[in-house]
Amino acid sequence: MTVTKEPAKPEGPEGPGEPGLPPEKTDERLVQRSLPARLMRRPELGAVVGAIALFVFFSLVADSFLRASSLSTVLYFSSTIGIMAVPVALLMIGGEFDLSTGVMVTSSALVSSMFSYQMTANIWVGVAVSLLVTLAIGFFNGFMLTRTKLPSFIITLGTFLMLTGLNLGVTKLISGTVSTKSISDMEGFSSAREVFASTLTLGSVDIQITVVWWLVLIALATWILLRTRAGNWIFAVGGGVDAARAVGVPVARTKIGLYMGVAFAAWISGQHLLFNYDVVQSGEGVGNELIYIAAAVIGGCLLTGGYGSAIGAAVGAFIFGMSNKGIVYAQWNPDWFKFFLGAMLLLATLLNAWIRKRAEATR
Amino acid sequence: MTNETEANESGPDAKGPNAKGPVETGPDETGPTATGPTATEPGDGEPRDGEPKDSEPLVSLSDVSKFYGNIRALEEVSLQVHPGEITCVLGDNGAGKSTLIKIISGLHQHDAGSFRIQGEETRLGSPREALDRGIATVYQDLAVVPLMPVWRNFFLGSEPSVGRGPLKRLDVQQMRRTTHRELLRMGIDLRDVDQPIGTLSGGERQSVAIARAIHFGAKVLVLDEPTAALGVKQSGVVLKYVAAARDAGLGVVLITHNPHHAYLVGDRFVLLKRGAMAASYEKEGLELEELVRQMAGGSELEELSHELER
Repeated sequence: MTVTKEPAKPEGPEGPGEPGLPPEKTDERLVQRSLPARLMRRPELGAVVGAIALFVFFSLVADSFLRASSLSTVLYFSSTIGIMAVPVALLMIGGEFDLSTGVMVTSSALVSSMFSYQMTANIWVGVAVSLLVTLAIGFFNGFMLTRTKLPSFIITLGTFLMLTGLNLGVTKLISGTVSTKSISDMEGFSSAREVFASTLTLGSVDIQITVVWWLVLIALATWILLRTRAGNWIFAVGGGVDAARAVGVPVARTKIGLYMGVAFAAWISGQHLLFNYDVVQSGEGVGNELIYIAAAVIGGCLLTGGYGSAIGAAVGAFIFGMSNKGIVYAQWNPDWFKFFLGAMLLLATLLNAWIRKRAEATR
Repeated sequence: MTNETEANESGPDAKGPNAKGPVETGPDETGPTATGPTATEPGDGEPRDGEPKDSEPLVSLSDVSKFYGNIRALEEVSLQVHPGEITCVLGDNGAGKSTLIKIISGLHQHDAGSFRIQGEETRLGSPREALDRGIATVYQDLAVVPLMPVWRNFFLGSEPSVGRGPLKRLDVQQMRRTTHRELLRMGIDLRDVDQPIGTLSGGERQSVAIARAIHFGAKVLVLDEPTAALGVKQSGVVLKYVAAARDAGLGVVLITHNPHHAYLVGDRFVLLKRGAMAASYEKEGLELEELVRQMAGGSELEELSHELER
């Protein structure tokens, strides 16, 4: 294909197409769609509407919700979920699940901490080893999936259980307790903390660095999804794997890449966990995988694959953050949080299904 | 039924070899079945539209066989695909049409006989290799990803990019424009190439797949039952695009079990029966009735009608 940027005229090996139809008409037809009609087709629309409604709701019922400090807290909590929800959304668009994400975050933190401590190495060595190990776990998930052709539910359930056991077992074996030793006095800790768990102050607002990581991941994922060949392949392997294979899409490579993307985010998340608290509890993370999936689904990802967006998943994570903290600011019993979330998940899914039906009917 | 009573007269002597199944093959066996001058030797290609008789076929199979273990899926089948011509492969379920298509499209390899692409003896290792040699296959239901926009489907697997390094990205503008133009050329005027391809009608979807194959430089187009799941009107639409592909100079292999559709567009006809080649015709002198009769079961049907008569 040609490498010309933004060609002014239609071009190609075959030259101009139908002589009777000037190219201007073509372009005019393409921009004919009204803005609302185009918005209707976005997968994240339901989540955005829900997020706005929720925001207005908590602004009204909780006086302290609109304070800068509260919003900063909401953003921070959203980002800790969102960092994982974004790559999980990509994976779901690619038609697969990952149930091992929650404990993979803990594994990543444990590896980093224990390697540095046991080897008395610079913290950054542990961080690098952790990256390799976590990516290897992601590769394992993807490789097993594409090799065995078993459902990803089974494969990653296995990984989930194995990692849960390994986290506890290995930590107890090495440090004698269920948590890691403190590494705050070790070389490189402060710089690593800067990268993974610092707070930036913008005027009077404190922004946690995880929010920055979150935004970078959203931008990156959206770019990959909408503007690269890999993004096209992700939609294709999720929406019709046989068709994708028939036209030459590298299905196995795409899926393994998606699992490694999730692992990469788990590494960031895990390093934040470690450097934020200095010690890691080895039993942590169980159950979080479902929260990531729920955020992606609220954000408009289809469980069956082939449809969804990274921005939607981020908005889904923001909805989580708002409801979790909003309930506290409204001075309700936080026990209601999970019920609230469950109801929201159902509502969002129904809304998304309805919108998609309408979007596909009115073309 | 009533039309075929006359044909029944000549039937009984021909039913012998056919009823026995895939033991005997070749056009000479079916010669008596095919009434008079319509049947010809398959290799003996009648020149069409003033084409030189010895023009090199794009794809040529001669006596190709395929075995799955001890099962003969395909036995000594011969066919030729010429540029600007449509070769129809007809047969009932289990006649070996899918096996034949899989050999041509590179999914399977033949066990015996010769498979030539532009005169060169070949054994295709993968669908990708077939594509690189100019053979594009449009499967009946594997053609597209329903939830993806038309333009993304059009370029799936062969996306053009602009930029370098981390800025390397899809050439979205060109992809949209090319899709629209190529579809227009096939006679489909889409209002919006951004709509999910699943919202198109079945015929339009087939046509997008055909247009895609043509755009990416296919010389031979293999169509697997493109009209099987379609209504009468939609089938007509698809056949028009098949003819358009032929007029663009492609060699087309049309797999179908509908003799009416085949007769409308076909130039050569290969009839498969239980894995073997039951007959081979050229368009000239071939009557639709003959094709229908053969497809409807030919002599077997005649036998059946004798048995059911009272």
